[in-house]
Amino acid sequence: MYDIIVIGAGTAGLSAAIYGLRAGKTVFVLEEKSYGGQIIVTPEVENYPGIKKISGVDFAQGLYEQAKGLGMELEYGRVEEIQKKKDPDSVSSVFTVKTVEKEYVGRSVILATGAKNRPLDIDREEEFIGQGVSYCATCDGRFYKDRIVAVVGGGNTALEDALFLSEYCRYVYLVHRREEFRGEPQKLERLRQKENVELVLNSVVTGIAGEDYMEGIHVWDRKEKKEDLLPVTGLFIAIGQMPDNEAFSSLVELDPKGYIVAGEDCKTCTDGIFTAGDCRSKTVRQLTTAAADGAVAALAACEYLTE
Amino acid sequence: MAVIHITSENYEQEVLQSDKPVLLDFWADWCGPCKMLGPVIEEVAEETEDYKICKVNVEEQAELASQFRVVNIPMLVVMKDGEIVKKDIGVKNKKEVLEMLCTI
Repeated sequence: MYDIIVIGAGTAGLSAAIYGLRAGKTVFVLEEKSYGGQIIVTPEVENYPGIKKISGVDFAQGLYEQAKGLGMELEYGRVEEIQKKKDPDSVSSVFTVKTVEKEYVGRSVILATGAKNRPLDIDREEEFIGQGVSYCATCDGRFYKDRIVAVVGGGNTALEDALFLSEYCRYVYLVHRREEFRGEPQKLERLRQKENVELVLNSVVTGIAGEDYMEGIHVWDRKEKKEDLLPVTGLFIAIGQMPDNEAFSSLVELDPKGYIVAGEDCKTCTDGIFTAGDCRSKTVRQLTTAAADGAVAALAACEYLTE
Repeated sequence: MAVIHITSENYEQEVLQSDKPVLLDFWADWCGPCKMLGPVIEEVAEETEDYKICKVNVEEQAELASQFRVVNIPMLVVMKDGEIVKKDIGVKNKKEVLEMLCTI
């Protein structure tokens, strides 16, 4: 039996592991895909205090090696269910964490499941991943050199993606459903000065044209009430993230968007279950807040374990 | 077995004429998720004799990348007798990579 089972090996989960291990607890981490979480797609992190500049991958590897060096155990698998049972030897509970293949038992759990890219939810979107649809401009943008592409979204990621793509692509449409952008004004201003970038405002992407490969996207102008076909061969979707916490809904409270309800103390409504990072209901989601949550949740778990 | 790095020169011999099924990992240095998948592919290669595990650097092998119409990376392709039998996009854990191979 482990003292702490952490679900998710992103910045929050690995930070929690480091704090738990340094407090002398046994920590087991379960990860679905690869450690590191969302930061691995960021080429340059420049807002983590104390580190001037680092790539997301190097940051993730540093975290992983630090936790590994302290004795972290990590396995891969998607958690299907957590069961809470009474510990026969004490007044507290034990938690059984189940993946498709295995079961793990812990005295406390930290949910650090993060968030994943939100799909547009249009017809054939999934079918076109690999044939024109991408959620990672920095990974795939260079394949669209000299081609016409579209970015959809209104936040910083969408603005950054459009700026990045404008360096490689012949023409970039930035499609946004509102008039105003949520992203930083300086970035928007830089975009406005680009000759090969066009803002398509008050508009939503309604469909993909093309047989095997993308030949265009259908865009609905909500203000003018008319449809247009943009001749793009690539569509970069940057409309934000969504949580993935349904498997835990019987033990923790989820807000209407699916994030785990917990305050800055990272305590959920179930004693012994804590939550950290982007999967928690909160307003600021940054690398620093993920790391901070990891520390808070781990120390809260340590305190719970000694009670 | 060690990972084999594929170029347009050895593609014919190592991939098309391979007597074992081949896994191709299309990657680039600029791609974070590719770097996370890299060690997983190495591990799979170490553990298997039944498949040939290969990597293709899309930056250096642009011709192969366009031949496979690569527009998303990391992209994994499984080939058997010179034909594509499976293709998938994105980071995977080791079990998922092995599943791609053993279900062909």
